Amino acid sequence: MNTTKKLLACTALTVAAGAAFAAGHGNMADSMTLVSWGGAYQNSQQKAYVEPYLAMNEGVSATWDESSAEAVAKLRAMNEAGNVTWDLVDVVASDAIRLCDEGLAMEIDHDEMLAPAPDGTDASDDFGDLIVSDCFIPQIVYSTTFGYRTDMVPEGVDAPSQICDVFDLETYPGKRALERRPINNMEWALLCDGVAKDEVYDVLETDEGQDRALAKLDTIKDEVIWWSAGADTPQLLADGEIFMGSTYNGRLFSVIEEQDQPVGMMWDAQVFDLDGWIIPADLPEDRLARVMDFVRFATDTQRLADQAKYISYGPARESSAPLVSTHAELGIEMAPHMPTDPNNAENTFLYNYEFWADYRDDIDAKFQAWLAQ
Amino acid sequence: MSDEVALNDPKTLPLSFTLPVVGAAGGFFGLFVGTAQGSTLLGIVVAAAVCAGLAYLAMVVMGVPQERTFKWGVRALFAVLGFLVGALPGLVVGLLFGWFIGWFIYWIGRARYRMTLPPYLTSGQVLWEYTFRVLCGAIFVFLITPILVVMPLSFNAENFFTFTPGMLAFDPEAYSLKHYRDFFTSSEWQQALRNSLLIAPVATLLAVSFGTLAAIGLSSEHVPFRQAIMAILISPMIVPLIISAAGMYFFYSRIGLQGTYLGVVLAHAALGIPFVIITVTATLVGFDRSLTRASANLGANPVRTFFKVQMPLILPGVISGGLFAFITSFDEVVVVLFVGSANQQTLPWQMFTGLREQISPTILAVATILVAISIMLLTTVEILRRRSEKLRGMSPG
Repeated sequence: MNTTKKLLACTALTVAAGAAFAAGHGNMADSMTLVSWGGAYQNSQQKAYVEPYLAMNEGVSATWDESSAEAVAKLRAMNEAGNVTWDLVDVVASDAIRLCDEGLAMEIDHDEMLAPAPDGTDASDDFGDLIVSDCFIPQIVYSTTFGYRTDMVPEGVDAPSQICDVFDLETYPGKRALERRPINNMEWALLCDGVAKDEVYDVLETDEGQDRALAKLDTIKDEVIWWSAGADTPQLLADGEIFMGSTYNGRLFSVIEEQDQPVGMMWDAQVFDLDGWIIPADLPEDRLARVMDFVRFATDTQRLADQAKYISYGPARESSAPLVSTHAELGIEMAPHMPTDPNNAENTFLYNYEFWADYRDDIDAKFQAWLAQ
Repeated sequence: MSDEVALNDPKTLPLSFTLPVVGAAGGFFGLFVGTAQGSTLLGIVVAAAVCAGLAYLAMVVMGVPQERTFKWGVRALFAVLGFLVGALPGLVVGLLFGWFIGWFIYWIGRARYRMTLPPYLTSGQVLWEYTFRVLCGAIFVFLITPILVVMPLSFNAENFFTFTPGMLAFDPEAYSLKHYRDFFTSSEWQQALRNSLLIAPVATLLAVSFGTLAAIGLSSEHVPFRQAIMAILISPMIVPLIISAAGMYFFYSRIGLQGTYLGVVLAHAALGIPFVIITVTATLVGFDRSLTRASANLGANPVRTFFKVQMPLILPGVISGGLFAFITSFDEVVVVLFVGSANQQTLPWQMFTGLREQISPTILAVATILVAISIMLLTTVEILRRRSEKLRGMSPG
């Protein structure tokens, strides 16, 4: 009896110590959990608006969770378990639309919640048609485009500059990296199979059009390495494993300018996409108040322009564009590296949210079946 | 040298055996060099001819008296050849190959391979013996190479998982400690390290306390349903981790433990308990119960008996169980991804997200540090195990 008591006391003490120590680290009302993508992008958010915000609000703390890649699945699970621990989630626009449709993200009034432009323009006009969903607070415009190894260009041939050079194995032999999903790849394939740019989605709606795109992709399939994470293509390019590959333009900027690799940029037929915040639905009042305050600050004109000092993604506000300055460490002008710069944006696509919302599942199944052939 | 040598007295084997075997070995290595230089067939033929020629030189012309001179000559020859083909790395590879082939020629040609084996083995048995050793070596290489490759890459001066030409040429400029510096200065990695170091010891302490108590209880005969209780306690080891993790996520969310330190600690303790139970139960098998009766007979109460008599004897089992529990918690990524929240990001969590979003060699630097820690912990376990065997008189040596 005595033994048991003492041992129980011992155990109780250990557990109590653990509990006490856990309580010291619990979530307080003035802490925020921000969800983002990690890497250079998260770093740009940290520098451009989280650090200034924390400096202005003493006693507030922010924690990053690098879970944006599985934000939809995790938010669903949190909702089911009735325990949403996230306060603000960075997602791509298509995920924002899904979360909004499922009621997992809060609908907001952009004009009331977000700061107006310095000249007094309402936020909704400043962001313009980048507000693709009632829950979505746009931050940046990024693009998916191609980079190539400059030292692998065959002698006597011009460096690749057109999207169709990706499909030209004769002039540009070598491996290519493409994203393991139909989005973007199908559009590029049709474009290089002779479909006019404004008819791409009309063709892609039809079974024949989808087969046509896959047939075009078939011509380079043996030379393709399929990637799924944004870090893959830069690594493959640095390794010399591939000649050219698609990835996000910010990643290519980092490979070329920051890491000094022999890589060139192809802007032709780049596909614009948007990234921004959503606020999870049904947050407790004190947390919601903190997040609203933070978002208002983090998406104002100056903060979005500041972000471009750290990464080559275009600010989502029209009023931020003239304020974009030089890179914080390298000191180079950032404007020419923005996907939205007029010289780079001669031939562009905007990710077609409506089309892919309707056709994604069908084409995805077809694409995966084709991949497995 | 003992009598064995007399039984296995080395002799020069006929050239019709030595030359083809050495030639084949040379051809095998020539395959790689030839392929790297663009002509596989030429590589095989030239290397086989060179090695067979060297074997002839060693066996017929120079013999055993000049063995030492011959071996140094071969090493020098291949070092120079290697240097001509591939500069500094080539020199190292050439030197290693020269060292190997010099030894191999005498080993084969003078039948030295029989020296360590019993003299009555047939040729077939000798061949199988060495085939077996090579197979074991190959499996070992297959298992260990991925871990070894990580280590030099963590000293990369670039931000990619790439052996740069500079690294292969042993250029000091191409190596750097910057990824280690990054690990020790980045607040994210330091927070992750702190979390790991806060969670693992507490989880280990809980696992050791509960696991030891359970093992002692379950080893006494009068406990009912011993087998069933044991099976339940061991189940976290058998149930797929992702199932436990998902279950814990929904259960802990309901009772408010999800996303707290205590939740992660409890989850990791549950994972660690089976290890402690298994190791302590194993030590208890060799524990003599009459010692506790003797202790009671001398007037010690059960607690005193436990700490003074039983505990010191089963301590090696407790400690090795504790180390396994510690490593489990320290290396665990699935459960913490579910049960933890952003505030409890541990080292494996940070490595997992880091690999997906940003292929940075900092992960390799951390991996190298973790491998070093694991090796140290497992060495401790092994030393303790030997000590325990010696104490119990079970050690063969």
